Amino acid sequence: MMIQVIDLHKKFGNLEVLKGIDNNISEQEVVCVIGPSGSGKSTFLRCLNKLEDITSGQVIIDGIDISDPNTNINKVRTELGMVFQQFNLFPHMTVMGNITLAPIKELGISKKEAQENGLKMLDKVGLRDKADVYPSALSGGQQQRVAIARALSMNPKIMLFDEPTSALDPELVGEVLAVMKNLANEGMTMVVVTHEMGFAREVGDRVIFMDEGVIVEENTPEEIFSNPQNERTQAFLSKII
Amino acid sequence: METGLNLDWSIAVNALPFLLTGAKLTIIITVVGLLIGFFIGAITGLARTSSNKLFSGISTVYVEIIRGTPILVQALYLYFGVNQLLQHSAGFKIGSTTAGIIAIAINSGAYISEIVRGSIQSIDKGQVEAGRSLGMSSFKTFIYIVWPQALKRMIPPLGNQFIISLKDTSLFAFISVAELTRQGQMSVSATFAAFEIYTFVALLYLCMTMSISLVLRVVERRLDVN
Repeated sequence: MMIQVIDLHKKFGNLEVLKGIDNNISEQEVVCVIGPSGSGKSTFLRCLNKLEDITSGQVIIDGIDISDPNTNINKVRTELGMVFQQFNLFPHMTVMGNITLAPIKELGISKKEAQENGLKMLDKVGLRDKADVYPSALSGGQQQRVAIARALSMNPKIMLFDEPTSALDPELVGEVLAVMKNLANEGMTMVVVTHEMGFAREVGDRVIFMDEGVIVEENTPEEIFSNPQNERTQAFLSKII
Repeated sequence: METGLNLDWSIAVNALPFLLTGAKLTIIITVVGLLIGFFIGAITGLARTSSNKLFSGISTVYVEIIRGTPILVQALYLYFGVNQLLQHSAGFKIGSTTAGIIAIAINSGAYISEIVRGSIQSIDKGQVEAGRSLGMSSFKTFIYIVWPQALKRMIPPLGNQFIISLKDTSLFAFISVAELTRQGQMSVSATFAAFEIYTFVALLYLCMTMSISLVLRVVERRLDVN
C-alpha cells in the first residue's frame, strides 16, 4: 500500500475540516478527489505530505507514519511530488534553476547531473526549449508543466495535484491534463484534487467524492458518474455536469 | 555706495579640503554604522517573523524604543549619559566617532528591522510550501527561496534608509564629531562666509546621497534580470 489514511481528523481552531477519513491508495493507482468547495478535499491532500499538521489519526506513506512527530518529514516529502493550483514556481530562478534546486540542495547530486536530469523532465512536459527562461515569460499552462517537471525532478513515488488546472485559462487546461495523463500511463501513483470531471472519468482508477469533511462515496469513475448512490453525490454531479 | 553682500567663493574653495575631511568621516560613520545596522536589522527583523514569542517580543521592544525617540537624543544619551556611567564604573569613555557609529547602527537597525520583516512577510506563502513540499528544510527554503526574493523587495526602502542615515550623521555635530556639518560650522566661525561654506556643505551632502541613489538603482537593475 502506497498511502494509508486511518481516521484522519483536521481542525483549524474549532472548525473541524476533516472528520475522520479512512482510505488506502495502492501503487500505480490514480485517485481523483472531487467535491464542492469547502468539502475538505484540498486539506485532505495537504495532510498527505503534512503541509497541514495532522490533528489526529494516521497517515502512512510507503510504510512511514508521517503523523508520528519523530518522522523526518523532509525525507518523506522528497518522495511525494506536489503540484499547486497557483504553480508556485520560484520567480527569481530560471526554469532550469527551479527544477534543479531541490535535487542539488536536498539529494546532493551534482549540478551537471541535476541539469541532465532536468532536461529529461522538461522533455516529459514538452518544454525543453524553455530551460533558460524565467517563469514570468511563460503562459499559465507552461508554468504548471514546469511545476510538474520540478516535482518529478525529485523522482517521487507519488504525485499530489491540488486543483492543478483551476487557475488556468480554459484553452490551456488541455496541455496540463495531457502531461498528467502521460504520467498516469507511465504508472505513477497519483492523487488529484480536481474539478475536471472529464479527466477523472478518463484517467482516474477511482473517484472519491468528499463533502463536509467526510468521504461520502467512492467508486470507479464509471459507477460514480453514471450511477451515483448517495444523494449528495447526485446533487453535486447534477450541478456541475 | 556698496551695500550688497559680496560673496567670495574663494573662501569656500580654500575651505574645501577641510570640509572634505569632514565628508570622509561622514562616509565612514555612515558605511560602518549601516553595515552594523543592516546586520542588527536582519536579525531583529527575522526575529519578528519568528513564532518564538521571546525573540519577537525583544525585537518589538527594541524597534519601538528606537523608533520612538529622536536620534539626536540617542546620540546625546550615548555620548554623555552612558559615558558618565562607563567612566564611573569602568574608567573609560566611548569616543565621539564611535558613539556616532553606534547611534547610526542601532537607529538604522530599528528601521531596517521593519523593512526586513515587511519584505519577508510579503513573500507569498506558496513559495515556502513549494520549497517544503520538495523536501527542503525550513532553513534551506528560507535561504534559497524566501531571502533572495525578499532582498530584492528591500532595496528601494533600504536606499531610502541609507540616505536618511547619512543625513542623520549631521546631528553628531552636537557631540563634537568632526563630520561634514561640524567642519562647516568651524569654517564659518573662522571665516564668516556662511552662505558660501554652507552652500558647499549642502552640495557635498547632495553628492553623497545621489551616489547612494545611483548605486542602488544599478543594484536594483542587476537583480531585476527577469
